[in-house]
Amino acid sequence: MALFRNLILTAVLVGLIAGLLSAALQEFLTTPLVIQAEQIESRLPAPAATAPAHDDGHHHGPGWAPADGLERQVFTVLASLVGTIGFALIMLVAAELAGGLRNWRHGLAWGVAGFFIFVLAPSLGLPPELPAMPAADLVARQAWWLATAAATAVGIALLVFTESLVLAVFAVIVLVAPHLIGAPHPDDLTSPIPAALHQLFVVRVTMVSFIFWIVLGSLAGAFAPRFLARDELPAATARVN
Amino acid sequence: MDAIAQTASIDTARSRTLALAAAGFLGLFIIGVAGFANIHAVHNAGHDYRHSMAFPCH
Repeated sequence: MALFRNLILTAVLVGLIAGLLSAALQEFLTTPLVIQAEQIESRLPAPAATAPAHDDGHHHGPGWAPADGLERQVFTVLASLVGTIGFALIMLVAAELAGGLRNWRHGLAWGVAGFFIFVLAPSLGLPPELPAMPAADLVARQAWWLATAAATAVGIALLVFTESLVLAVFAVIVLVAPHLIGAPHPDDLTSPIPAALHQLFVVRVTMVSFIFWIVLGSLAGAFAPRFLARDELPAATARVN
Repeated sequence: MDAIAQTASIDTARSRTLALAAAGFLGLFIIGVAGFANIHAVHNAGHDYRHSMAFPCH
């Protein structure tokens, strides 16, 4: 299982660097807007502030939560590192299945694909949300998000790795279908969050995620040839020859 | 002779598939926990990260 070990090691290495970078960007650019929205939320009159029918638990909900300040920041950084290692693993495995990453430029192209799959496509239907914003049922949104990411991945893979016209047409259908079906949205769109604040959040999340995926892909492309080199032929063949 | 080489090569391919599958599922599992698990403590710990990555959140 040398390959498994090497995949994990490469993902951890990539995840530590890209995860710390994105955690730093998020700390200064996106998290302050989340906290600002929470402050607006906490000032809302009681009926609006308490859970709507579909609330599945919020930061102020039941259960343990990190204390505001340093503890919360530490957990955000940890979540960022863990999440980045997960994304790196998925990208490295997919790239290995497609023949392996050759160099950092090749990895960068995969990073751009990752940005399309995990940020742009889901955000077209479900733009990044701030606390206190109206939203449809959580599980329905998560299902749409995951299905859209999966469909986008399949669509891009078909366009890049196959030549047939039929498959290309199918790829376009798969890419567009989630958006024609449409993401779940609530009936009541009244929001206590100022539109300008939300717009700034969407812009910053998109920008930080773009940088994140460019860095993740480039690093994966730089490290993969070093750590995931294939054993060209099994030892037995060499002996026989 | 060829049989030996073939067996070795099949073994390599099989262990390679297994390694890729295991690593891939681990990656998906990690994203599931960090971004999607509806466990309150996990949600609260990763709250700001989830918002910043545009994952659907509460």
